[in-house]
Amino acid sequence: MADFLLELLSEEIPARMQAKARNDLSRLFAEFTDEAGLKIGAIDVHSTPRRLVLIAREVADATEASREEVKGPRSSAPLQALDGFLRKTGLSREQLEERDGVYFAVVERKGRPAAAILADTIKRIVADLPWPKSMRWGAGSLRWVRPLHGIVAILGEDIVPVEIDGIASGATTVGHRFHHPGPITIGGAADYIEKLRACHVIVDQDERERIIREGAEAAATAAGLTLLADEGLVVENAGLTEWPVPLLGRFDAEFLDVPREVIVLTMRTNQKYFACSNDEGPLAPAFVCVANIAANDGGEAIVEGNRRVLAARLADARFFWEQDLKVPLEEQAKKLDGIIFHEKLGTVADRVERIAKLARWLVESGVLKADATQVERAARLAKADLVTGMVGEFPELQGVIGGYLAEAQGEPKAIADGIRDQYKPVGQGDDVPTAPVSVAVALADKLDSICAFFGVELKPTGSKDPFALRRAAIGAIEILVRNDLRLNLTEALRGALANCAAQSIDSAIVHRLDRTAVELLEFFAERLKVQQREAGVRHDLIDAVFTLGEEDDLVRALARVKALQGFVETEDGADLLTAYKRAANILKKESWTGPQVMSSPAEQGIPQTGEEDPLVLVEEPILKDAIAEMASGQAGAELPDEKTLIAALDAAEPKASAGVEAEDFIGAMAALASLREPIDDFFDHVTVNDPDAAKRERRLNLLMRFRDAVNRVADFSKIEG
Amino acid sequence: MSLSFQDLILTLHKYWGAQGCVILQPYDMEMGAGTFHPATVLRALGPDAWRAAYVQPCRRPTDGRYGENPNRLGHYYQYQVVLKPSPDDLQQLYLGSLIEIGIDPLKHDIRFVEDDWESPTLGAWGLGWEVWCDGMEVTQFTYFQQVGGFECRPVTGELTYGLERLAMYIQGVDNVFDLKFNDAGVSYGDVFLVNERQMSAYNFEVADTDALLDLFRKAAAECERCLDAKLPIPAYEQAIKASHMFNTLQARGVISVAERQAYISRVRDLAKGACEAWIEAKGAAA
Repeated sequence: MADFLLELLSEEIPARMQAKARNDLSRLFAEFTDEAGLKIGAIDVHSTPRRLVLIAREVADATEASREEVKGPRSSAPLQALDGFLRKTGLSREQLEERDGVYFAVVERKGRPAAAILADTIKRIVADLPWPKSMRWGAGSLRWVRPLHGIVAILGEDIVPVEIDGIASGATTVGHRFHHPGPITIGGAADYIEKLRACHVIVDQDERERIIREGAEAAATAAGLTLLADEGLVVENAGLTEWPVPLLGRFDAEFLDVPREVIVLTMRTNQKYFACSNDEGPLAPAFVCVANIAANDGGEAIVEGNRRVLAARLADARFFWEQDLKVPLEEQAKKLDGIIFHEKLGTVADRVERIAKLARWLVESGVLKADATQVERAARLAKADLVTGMVGEFPELQGVIGGYLAEAQGEPKAIADGIRDQYKPVGQGDDVPTAPVSVAVALADKLDSICAFFGVELKPTGSKDPFALRRAAIGAIEILVRNDLRLNLTEALRGALANCAAQSIDSAIVHRLDRTAVELLEFFAERLKVQQREAGVRHDLIDAVFTLGEEDDLVRALARVKALQGFVETEDGADLLTAYKRAANILKKESWTGPQVMSSPAEQGIPQTGEEDPLVLVEEPILKDAIAEMASGQAGAELPDEKTLIAALDAAEPKASAGVEAEDFIGAMAALASLREPIDDFFDHVTVNDPDAAKRERRLNLLMRFRDAVNRVADFSKIEG
Repeated sequence: MSLSFQDLILTLHKYWGAQGCVILQPYDMEMGAGTFHPATVLRALGPDAWRAAYVQPCRRPTDGRYGENPNRLGHYYQYQVVLKPSPDDLQQLYLGSLIEIGIDPLKHDIRFVEDDWESPTLGAWGLGWEVWCDGMEVTQFTYFQQVGGFECRPVTGELTYGLERLAMYIQGVDNVFDLKFNDAGVSYGDVFLVNERQMSAYNFEVADTDALLDLFRKAAAECERCLDAKLPIPAYEQAIKASHMFNTLQARGVISVAERQAYISRVRDLAKGACEAWIEAKGAAA
């Protein structure tokens, strides 16, 4: 057994691709060696911008030899059968054994040496490793993420010979691009990491990350500042360096007039710098960059160069900021009619009009308490920042810039915040707006885009959701749930659709309105399932509530779902569900659609009287009532088997209905729980399919009544388990 | 003493000339990037080896700032190097050129940061990096994969140096107009400040959009006529012309977002047509 080292040396691999490449390398290596039957121990993978490295411990010297006996055709079989068998086994007739009139082939496989298997494995890895984007170079045909230059492959102390598109494996690699550009000879897995360290390459990404994390923090602390921690930046910088050296630099404090987000974003996205603050408060005019070299002047020139680059970028940002400050948002908003939102959905100005209307309606219809005038103003200014120079430069700061400009231009804070928060929450885990104006604008923004796109039949399909409508729906759901907003969703969605129709963007929207409203509700129910998954709410229970078709208030629906979950996860609930399924199955098997179960308790009593029941033939309601009254007195006495269940239903039905009505869903579940014993008893003691047709009918009707009573609370047929 | 702007160019010429590149003069047409030069686009297609280096003035009307922004220009220079097939030591050759112009890689932080290149108007793309020197992007480094929608075999390696930025870096200057153009006291501003002011005014305020639209259409039509006549080089020139008209129209703000795409695909179709005709002509000659 020996350890195996593989290094694939290339030109700089994009930082963002390295983590996945390491995982793929490890996975493919394990897969390919396993397929070949080569036993290996633990696998370690590492990456630097220029190398992918794998070290496999305790690789077996060879695969084990095997001997296998394969049964062939009978010796009396036609010649073709024998020929086929010989072809399959690669043997000649003399090599076969004949026993009891049957041919047998003995296939022996010799153990293959590890080096041969590793050579194949390397070739397959280079061919199969799935890069997000790969390329060709020079005159070759090989594909890799960037030009591949070297392969170090050493098993124990021996080179594993392999050649790929003119690149032959060996024991030689290079060190740091500038500190140690010459060749280094590697002995094997044992000395690789330390030899490279001596040549200014830290092979392990975790170690580089630690150096960056701690070094950046130390640099900030030494300057009396606090580093704004950013794990994404740590990983990215580790993917850009083989010898990371964090360095602190400062920029001119006059740039601090520019919104904080702009400065942080410029530093982060464009320059990969960490930002610093003063005592975790305001931003400090300083940055930490991570160089890939221990510079011969201690990094002075590097810091100065980076400072100048940042100054140029911030000067640019400040220029836009100052230009934008001069133009009131109200003026900017007027330009929105020149920007197409979507070819089928008019301009951004059209969209603003719809959002403003919807946001105002949310207040006026009592969904949320806010100053309607403020809400409308925030909505009308919300998209104005899209035409500012600042958002042109930093599109990801849409909303944030509008918020800053609104505040600087003297708008009330509620309006500025409403503009700032309009896109929130972006994805799960983002802040959900709670200030009333922000809630109104953010919710209207999302409902409008969902309805508008559905209205013109641009719905998400499969994995495609180009307008991020799923995310918008989840955002809307989070806003509703978090703020406990009681919104009749159908009404709101119809209103939003009507807004689109009113702009006569697409006259067909009107014709599709009814259908679209239903689709939208289903879409929201689906999104609710996704949104609630993390909270542990079961998707089948959401279905059970939504398929009733009467629920379109998400907050209420969720309360109902949660009560239902509380119930079905108790013993009573699980048991009742079993009984329900049994009842439903019987009814299905018998194709029993029976007489409609009626809603008033008096009428519900009628079927109890069974075959002798004169009412079966009575159509006249007045007569029916009279006879029913007569019959009910004796019903219990005559029907001992069903008596308890009937009584339980009589008691539970009104309680369950009242519970649902009063949104006391826990109460409604308790009413259902009271049916558990009676229904179990019923199944234990009563044969539904009684030979007596009348009894059978009566019992089927009773089961139907039970099923429908349960369904009034939730559609239990949707519940799994 | 650091290199003047013109010595920077001369140094690069000498360096790349020694690598077997033909040193070309700028193409005599308006274009948005050095890549548009036929010595890059057309020569990247087909099987023949090719090495060239040249300075190309680039016009980007929307980037004009009336000479008031220290970093942005509507007209600037790119230094373009193409090597086909891309040699194995292209990165080393490139780093050698940086040392040649006075950048010490043990003092400065030189980095290859992922930046894939794509030109929708040329139907071209490639993978590579932007090269950073102390956080400043000084070069675009690309391995061409496709041009005009055609696979590049062999692959051309393309280096595009931003000359003004590089010079600002080397000279330690914060305003492009303060660059010393030569060692006889002439600054970049002396040469170009007035041009920037006037061209910005023209591009943003004065250019006659109807006339530009007309020129766009005429260039497109002329390109097609050349394609019919199986003349790929003049066809390609007309495509470049159409592309520049489109850029100027954009600066005038008369192209809506929806129309933009249509213009881009029109130019791309013209460029693709020229590339296709070029490949065909090469095939016929061979």
